[in-house]
Amino acid sequence: MKVLMFGWEFPPHIAGGLGTACDGLTRGLAKQNVEVLFVMPSASGDEDQSAVRIINASDVVAFEKKEEARQIFDNVHFLKVTSNLIPYLGPDEFEEAIDLEREKEWNEFRISFGNKFKFSGKYGKNLMEEVMRYALVAASIARQYDFDIIHAHDWLTYMAGIAAKKISGKPLVIHVHATEFDRSGENINTQVYELEKRGMDQADRVIAVSNLTRDIVIRKYHIAPEKVMTVHNAVDFKTAESREIERGVPEKIVTFLGRITYQKGPEYFIEAAYKVLQKCKNVRFVMAGSGDMFNRSVRRVAKLGISSHFHFTGFLQGEDVKNMFAYSDVYVMPSVSEPFGISPLEAMRANVPTIISKQSGVAEVLNHAIKVDFWDVNALADAIFGLLNYPALSRMTVRCGLEEVNAMKWDNAALKVKNIYESVLNEKS
Amino acid sequence: MKKTLCLYFQVHQPYRLRQYRFFDIGKNSYYYDDFANKTIMNRVANRCYLPVNNLLASLIKKYNGAFKVAFSISGIAIEQMEQYAPAALESFKELSRTGCVEFLAETYSHSLSSLISPRKFKDQVAMHVNTVEEHFGMKPTAFRNTELIYSDTIGEMVADMGFTTMLTEGARHIMGWKSPNYLYVNAINPKLKLLLRNFRLSDDIAFRFSNRSWGDWPLTAEKYAGWLAQALEKDDIVNVFMDYESFGEHQPAESGIFDFLAALPGMILNHANTEILTPSESARKHQPIAPLHVPYAISWADEERDVSAWLGNELQQEAFNNLYKLEDPVRDSRDPVLQRDFRRLQTSDHFYYMCTKFFSDGDVHKYFNPYDTPYEAFINYMNVLSDLTLRVPK
Repeated sequence: MKVLMFGWEFPPHIAGGLGTACDGLTRGLAKQNVEVLFVMPSASGDEDQSAVRIINASDVVAFEKKEEARQIFDNVHFLKVTSNLIPYLGPDEFEEAIDLEREKEWNEFRISFGNKFKFSGKYGKNLMEEVMRYALVAASIARQYDFDIIHAHDWLTYMAGIAAKKISGKPLVIHVHATEFDRSGENINTQVYELEKRGMDQADRVIAVSNLTRDIVIRKYHIAPEKVMTVHNAVDFKTAESREIERGVPEKIVTFLGRITYQKGPEYFIEAAYKVLQKCKNVRFVMAGSGDMFNRSVRRVAKLGISSHFHFTGFLQGEDVKNMFAYSDVYVMPSVSEPFGISPLEAMRANVPTIISKQSGVAEVLNHAIKVDFWDVNALADAIFGLLNYPALSRMTVRCGLEEVNAMKWDNAALKVKNIYESVLNEKS
Repeated sequence: MKKTLCLYFQVHQPYRLRQYRFFDIGKNSYYYDDFANKTIMNRVANRCYLPVNNLLASLIKKYNGAFKVAFSISGIAIEQMEQYAPAALESFKELSRTGCVEFLAETYSHSLSSLISPRKFKDQVAMHVNTVEEHFGMKPTAFRNTELIYSDTIGEMVADMGFTTMLTEGARHIMGWKSPNYLYVNAINPKLKLLLRNFRLSDDIAFRFSNRSWGDWPLTAEKYAGWLAQALEKDDIVNVFMDYESFGEHQPAESGIFDFLAALPGMILNHANTEILTPSESARKHQPIAPLHVPYAISWADEERDVSAWLGNELQQEAFNNLYKLEDPVRDSRDPVLQRDFRRLQTSDHFYYMCTKFFSDGDVHKYFNPYDTPYEAFINYMNVLSDLTLRVPK
């Protein structure tokens, strides 16, 4: 079986969990004898291609001739619909735009890239434009390569998936790692919602990373439940990550590590810290990360008068993250909405007892983390207090948690994905 | 000699703890979820205790002394009946007056004290014996430990207390090729006779009765009496022991369990060679065939039939050890409210809620559990215990 897979990033150059998930999944699929052609907007060449063949969309000639472009747009009807969304992509306008652009840029393009688009592969200002161009390239790739099924990861690639489906007639599976509701709460970007919904509508199957996400796909995007399957993410940890680190303070440390934004629930962490500090002083709280609620969080901590025991580190990465885990006695992820959530697994792997919100997808697969409702500050405070004061609790969550995390394998997830491919292909034949 | 069916039903309800946050420690020493305790006691009384007691009374009358049963009612359950369902307690008292019902002794708190503290164990048994005498006007001669927990040394303690009969599980790993359908004796003190639960015939009613995917569904009294007759063809006694709440609560009235129970004695007594006796009568009547060696504690719970449902993980052990550290000072305190709370915290159910085995198996655990996870159960219990510890005089 051969899969044409569209992603946005792939290790080592990643901005979030999406690239890591794509890596794990494709490795798992390779073991199942599923061949994956992985398309990404901008490959750097240092990606590990042992399990996948990577196609760099920036290297693909979008169309050799104007007629080809015409043909692609005749087939890919969705682009017409989005014309008011992104004006230059309407068929007529596009042709004009293309002509213009070609007139204007043809020479530079031909000199430097042939007739290729140069993608940034980032999540910048021209994201929408890149998404649409990526779809054009996808259509072209779909004509050049041979494959059985298409698999697109997250909304950035849904258009690419749809284009490939229209051109090739092969079934499309889309993979929802997050929805706009997870990113923005209720104040969603309607353009993104539009694209997400279109992807889900056009797909033959929708894979969600948790039942929580599956539920959002069904309720908020109105997708038929029988079309939506849950395949939980996994992790492939080689060994336990434990490092010795010298502590500067005698107190126990409770850590929040993540973006300081609405959906990560930083304010609940602060309120719980306040409650715990009323009862025991032998503890410090650390909020590691940055985000649009950073300033507000600092103000709130000051207002509660707990600044002497509550610390902000700013954004951490790489080694600092590992050191932060090594410092921690309790890790807390009070997310308001978390499609899956990999970082609790990293904490557990580092032998840190972990508290997660019931509103996270990872709560569906973890038994040995303590689960609380994100809004239930009392329960959160109580769980923190329990982990700090009842040694058997942290011993047991650490020991069993490590076993649990080590047992999660991408191989199992990949097998489920393969079964989904097969069910779609059987339906089609 | 006639063959014997021995029926015993366990009646127990724990005092469920309220949500007790760490902010409450040292500030509020009321621990119980009155609403849940009251609601559950009323529900169980209405679905089970009242209607089934009624049914048993009519069967006793109908068979004129040939139908007998035994109960063990934990002290904690009696307290709650007094508090929330006095009519249920009254109907048990009425049953006690028929002369066809034996009441067994157990630990007052339905506790695990036999596993850690012989002194506490004996105190609690004595307390329960007094409670039974007070309410039901008879001094128990047969003993059943919490969840049928038994070992050679526990049996020895029970014999020392003057009991002549004890009930436990016919655990497969103890029995091996031996049949549970005979009378055995304690390996240390042969004066103590042992009645072993036939788990297959007990669970056919308690767990499988309403299960439609079970091959033998629907279970009729006739079919069941047939199985019993088969088992008693060679063997002496079949001991059918279960939670009383199996009738009407775990197996709902709509499943037909009441009709089954109503029809059962007739079907059994039809066999000329079978009689229905209480545990003490059965033990007096039959000859023990062998001592039973049980070096490690067994119980009637889970597949393992050991004590791992209550003390299998480190959370349970920590909570348990911390609790019994308070035994001496609580005893010396002469503070009746403190002693009452200490008793209620010893109930085995609190430890059952912390069991992590149910992650892999055990709808049964989930059914009985007011907590979402064992971790929540542990945190809540430890918060309560922390408060209790503060109340204990230093």
